[in-house]
Amino acid sequence: MSDDAKRFSGLSVKRPSPGAPPATPEPSLEPESRVQVASQWQLMWWKFRKHKLALVSLIIVILVYLIGLFAEFLAPQLPGSYSARHTYAPPQPLRFVERTDNGWRPALFVNGYKVEVDPVALRRTFVVDPESKIPVRFFVKGETYKMWNLFETDRHLIGPVKSGEPMFLLGADRLGRDVLSRTIYGTRISMSIGLVGVALSLILGIILGGISGYYGGAIDNLIQRIIEFLRSIPTIPLWMGLAAAIPLTWPPLRVYFMITVILSLIGWTDLARVVRGRFFSLKTEDFVTAARLDGASEIGIILRHMVPSFMSHIIASITLAIPAMILSETALSFLGIGLRPPVVSWGVLLQEAQNIRSVATAPWLFWPGAAVVITVLALNFLGDGLRDAADPYE
Amino acid sequence: MIPTIIAISIVSFVIIQLPPGDYLTSLVSGMAAQGETVDRASLKALEERYGLGQPLYIQYWLWVKGIITKGDFGDSFEWNLPVNKLIWDRLGLTFLLSLSTLIFIWIVSFPIGIYSAIRKYSVGDYIATFIGFIGLAIPNFLMALVLMYIGFKYFGHSVGGLFSPEYIDAPWSLAKVGDLMNHLWIPMVVLGTAGTAGLIRIMRANLLDELYRPYVVTARAKGMAEWRLLLKYPVRVALNPFISTVGWVLPTLVSGATITAIVLSLPTTGPLLFKALLSQDMYLAGSFIMMLSILTVIGTLISDILLAWLDPRIRLK
Repeated sequence: MSDDAKRFSGLSVKRPSPGAPPATPEPSLEPESRVQVASQWQLMWWKFRKHKLALVSLIIVILVYLIGLFAEFLAPQLPGSYSARHTYAPPQPLRFVERTDNGWRPALFVNGYKVEVDPVALRRTFVVDPESKIPVRFFVKGETYKMWNLFETDRHLIGPVKSGEPMFLLGADRLGRDVLSRTIYGTRISMSIGLVGVALSLILGIILGGISGYYGGAIDNLIQRIIEFLRSIPTIPLWMGLAAAIPLTWPPLRVYFMITVILSLIGWTDLARVVRGRFFSLKTEDFVTAARLDGASEIGIILRHMVPSFMSHIIASITLAIPAMILSETALSFLGIGLRPPVVSWGVLLQEAQNIRSVATAPWLFWPGAAVVITVLALNFLGDGLRDAADPYE
Repeated sequence: MIPTIIAISIVSFVIIQLPPGDYLTSLVSGMAAQGETVDRASLKALEERYGLGQPLYIQYWLWVKGIITKGDFGDSFEWNLPVNKLIWDRLGLTFLLSLSTLIFIWIVSFPIGIYSAIRKYSVGDYIATFIGFIGLAIPNFLMALVLMYIGFKYFGHSVGGLFSPEYIDAPWSLAKVGDLMNHLWIPMVVLGTAGTAGLIRIMRANLLDELYRPYVVTARAKGMAEWRLLLKYPVRVALNPFISTVGWVLPTLVSGATITAIVLSLPTTGPLLFKALLSQDMYLAGSFIMMLSILTVIGTLISDILLAWLDPRIRLK
């Protein structure tokens, strides 16, 4: 490659155009020139990679989604299966080594329970009994479930060797249901509601923000006023009002859908603002004018030239919008006006922790809350990293 | 401003109308459940008052007219009281809570934001950023629950409410205000963390923009003391967003105050609004939603005026 050609290709990627040449780094090139010929996405990846926290968060987020995807297999029990004999059973730590007469040897087991009666209140409480052992195995046969509603199987990632023996790694709730299993199932609902809600907001946001930014003028003014209005209303009272109007008799799926609609009613405003801002700044760019002079159609200009160049910003905004959705759903379900049992979401699970007395006896009911916090933190860090990387030319 | 308030009143009215069945049916069934019968004359009077059975816009008009001319928000059928007897105390406490939280946010995030900016990438900066992110990630209600749990477990008493039992029905006095302050800090911390996190980041980013401007270098070259220089020029410029963010902090605070109040059972709007929504006491719920929104909008307006007062560039435009 001659010097001129190198400079030329370097220049052509300075502008965020979708036709940037694919990266063909030659081993002999200096690092600077590698940067010059790299594609936009490659530059973003390089910038993103430097953000270690975001990288770790990306891995956590992927893991959380995988947990949601394979919930049936990963959960030791079904979300609804209960054991009346183990109400508020405390968590049993998973043990990896066992002590025998001739020293330690590796074994996988949990300790069983024994009942203790409180001499004052005469209340029965479970304590982990270090004497008894319940052997545990991976890929064990347990309760039968239907994977993705497609095929039936009874394999679980982990479980007691003898099906039916108690294993509550994160404790049990007031009906003796496994908190770990329910949190795993809740991951599916909570994470998917974030995605569906953001998808709805995105559709509204792109259409309205796009119209607003591309045409400007009176229609822009109108849409901006609507956005300002929606943002000035305190969201939770508004959501509560709307969610409380959902009839109790509706099937869970419809409630789920309604909740996402209600949440995206406010959620779209942020995305619309991002899209509008991008449209405004890109509309006067040379490459857009060039496309227009070339006789490209309006919709063609938007889809082929403008959208690809602000795609990265949209992805970053989406990543930041998902945790907000998750928190809102959790809050509504926690109050009992969002998703309702038997649907299992993190918010629904935290309802169990609403009563201070039950939490005082069973603090492990907070575990779904830990799931919320970890996920939201990871998504926030990831979104931050993506936002920094979205503009790799700085 | 005025169009916003009109729009808010329409939205609130729509929420009132959303649940199936109307006010009258719920009233009649409620009374029937208590073994009372309703005579036709009072039914008729109610129908006339709320315009029931007539088109929605007429009902809306009657409701709004009642509010504007007589301050009459309708009746709460659950409490069997006019709505305006129920809401003002609670709205007052809600806004007291929101305002004190706002001040708390300012007081905390102002020094931390400045520190984070002038000691960029220091250990303290990272700690502040990290705590801020945690504050953003923990939902209000969860933090309230955890604080309650800690209070219950280690201090042996419940931390809910805004007053000690002996002051709940007492008339306002200095002692009662003191008691209120004693209880107020828990919801303040719960509500304030998320906002503090946001404001620290904004303060830090703005100050970083200003710190390396030529005018700062000039002032420093002239031998101005570092602290005076910092506070007099860049901080003053960076302060703008502090006031303008009230616009988005206030709705978040009011909205967070609602859910926190439900968990901590504070005598603010939250629990009453929630109960009203569950029992479909719609005039009460709608009035709450409307007044909360309108007061929030007014708060935002005040922040705009404050901003103009603070910043000559905006005032002169």
